[in-house]
Amino acid sequence: MTDLIRCSVGNWVEVQYVLLSAEDRASGIPEDTAAQPLRAWVKGFALGSAMIGDELSVETMSGRVVRGHLSEIEPGYTHTFGSPPAEIVGIGRDLRTRVSAYRAKAGE
Amino acid sequence: MATRYEQVMARKGEIMKAALGMDYARFERSPIAFDYEGMMSAHGYTLEQIRSIQRAAGVGLTPLLELRNLTDLVRSYAEPGHGARIFVKDEAANMAGSFKDRRASMSIHVAAEKGYAGVIAATSGNYGAAVASQAARAGLKCIICQETFDSRHVGQPEIVEKSRICEAFGAEVVQMTVGPELFFHMLELLDETGYLSASLYSPFGVSGIESLGAELAEEMIALTGAPPTHVVVTHAGGGNTTGTARGLERMGARDTVVVSASVDLSGLHMASDADFNRKSFTTGHTGFGVPFATWPDRADVPRNAARSLRYMDRYLTVTQGEVFYVTEALSKLEGLERGPSGNTAMAAAMSLARELPTEATVVVQETEYTGAGKHHWSQLAFARAQGIEVRAGDPADNAPGKTIVIPERPEQIRARDIDLTRLRRSYIRNALQHAPAGYDPTPEDVVFLAEDTNTTPSAVEEIIAELRAR
Repeated sequence: MTDLIRCSVGNWVEVQYVLLSAEDRASGIPEDTAAQPLRAWVKGFALGSAMIGDELSVETMSGRVVRGHLSEIEPGYTHTFGSPPAEIVGIGRDLRTRVSAYRAKAGE
Repeated sequence: MATRYEQVMARKGEIMKAALGMDYARFERSPIAFDYEGMMSAHGYTLEQIRSIQRAAGVGLTPLLELRNLTDLVRSYAEPGHGARIFVKDEAANMAGSFKDRRASMSIHVAAEKGYAGVIAATSGNYGAAVASQAARAGLKCIICQETFDSRHVGQPEIVEKSRICEAFGAEVVQMTVGPELFFHMLELLDETGYLSASLYSPFGVSGIESLGAELAEEMIALTGAPPTHVVVTHAGGGNTTGTARGLERMGARDTVVVSASVDLSGLHMASDADFNRKSFTTGHTGFGVPFATWPDRADVPRNAARSLRYMDRYLTVTQGEVFYVTEALSKLEGLERGPSGNTAMAAAMSLARELPTEATVVVQETEYTGAGKHHWSQLAFARAQGIEVRAGDPADNAPGKTIVIPERPEQIRARDIDLTRLRRSYIRNALQHAPAGYDPTPEDVVFLAEDTNTTPSAVEEIIAELRAR
């Protein structure tokens, strides 16, 4: 994840492209889905220099050349573990207490 | 003029024939029946050969663990004399973190043997990671088509993590927005590259899961002197149920009760852009489990090797909140931090164990890896951000897409049975609908339908008569 706005040849980048416009989509899909184009993103090595949003070809890890609009330069991953949900944090404490109490009673 | 979509779909048969690595046509017997066992054995690998291929690929022989703390927890609230022993097959110990390595190892073996330069799979689940990992080991190219984002470019964290791990193993990941046309693009890519379609539903892939059933039967015999009385399987497309049950059968464990389990996502439409991010489970749920049980041939192969109705003795559902609760419990009580989707069967097993006598043995046959994105905490944070209400209470109040209720006490975990008779009827209706109009099922078709739904020919005839009378 970088703030770069221009990539150079060989940079690891992501491009975005439209696979099917809304009018070309399959019939019988839900209305909310049918109203949107089918879009795709793929990562690869830039085959040229481009600004974010410009058209660019990339060579993917399988060696395919894919043309799309430059969407990110050096794309990373930002998904996390989140923070401890209040409904969850007490479960371990409560259950350990219950198992100990059960065993103490069973051992009597 | 035909759209690009229509043009590609019109060439489906031709593209798939080249990409599947086998000819399905020779197993067809009629507009309804096909030779299932013939198709399953056509690859020619025995179970022993499969196990040896998998050992060479670094797959399988995962630990079988007894969960004594979880068992005692259930016994603390079960009726006296009740509370079965609970075990788990820790499939997360496979290289790419799930039982899907077993499927992928066979697909990759076939691809390498037949001289394909690469493989393509359409999956947003653990199977993508497994295919990518096995392809890397075999030196094959790999493309994974994933349904990742809604139209706002917001990704379910579990799927975003799956993109990451596939890319970590060197796969090209095509991340797409919601829609069934994922299959259309997979066809385009198969046509462009000439790679093997590493379908989840191929006979070799599903045969690869038989080793899981076989291993757990052997391990339980070694540990307890007998095969398990019950095996609980997280159920989506049906391969897990099918392969595990077939493996148990091969070890002679014919009395083991096979229980499939899915997370209840009823009411959410799987192809809806708006519903896409309103679910906290991307697999192991009823949105796949029910349609694939009642019409397995909806898959990306002419005939699906995963035919769960043949093998399930019971089908239980649990709620998202129940699975999150059990995921946390497993981590804190057993030191086993695993992904929530794979714990679907664990939640069902806790409920089931409570009904059973203490001498019964319940094996949960898989776990899956966890991590950022693929963790119950991140799923709950994401659900809240999508406007889903998350609260503590009675899980019976769970409403898919609206409310996730985390149980307050373990005795609130109560799996619910899906009526298998209803599913069988639905399957038979689908089979009749897919035959040409006016086609009359032959006695051989009736026998096939009975086998495919694990019932008797007379029960099938009754259902057909009832459907015709409507």
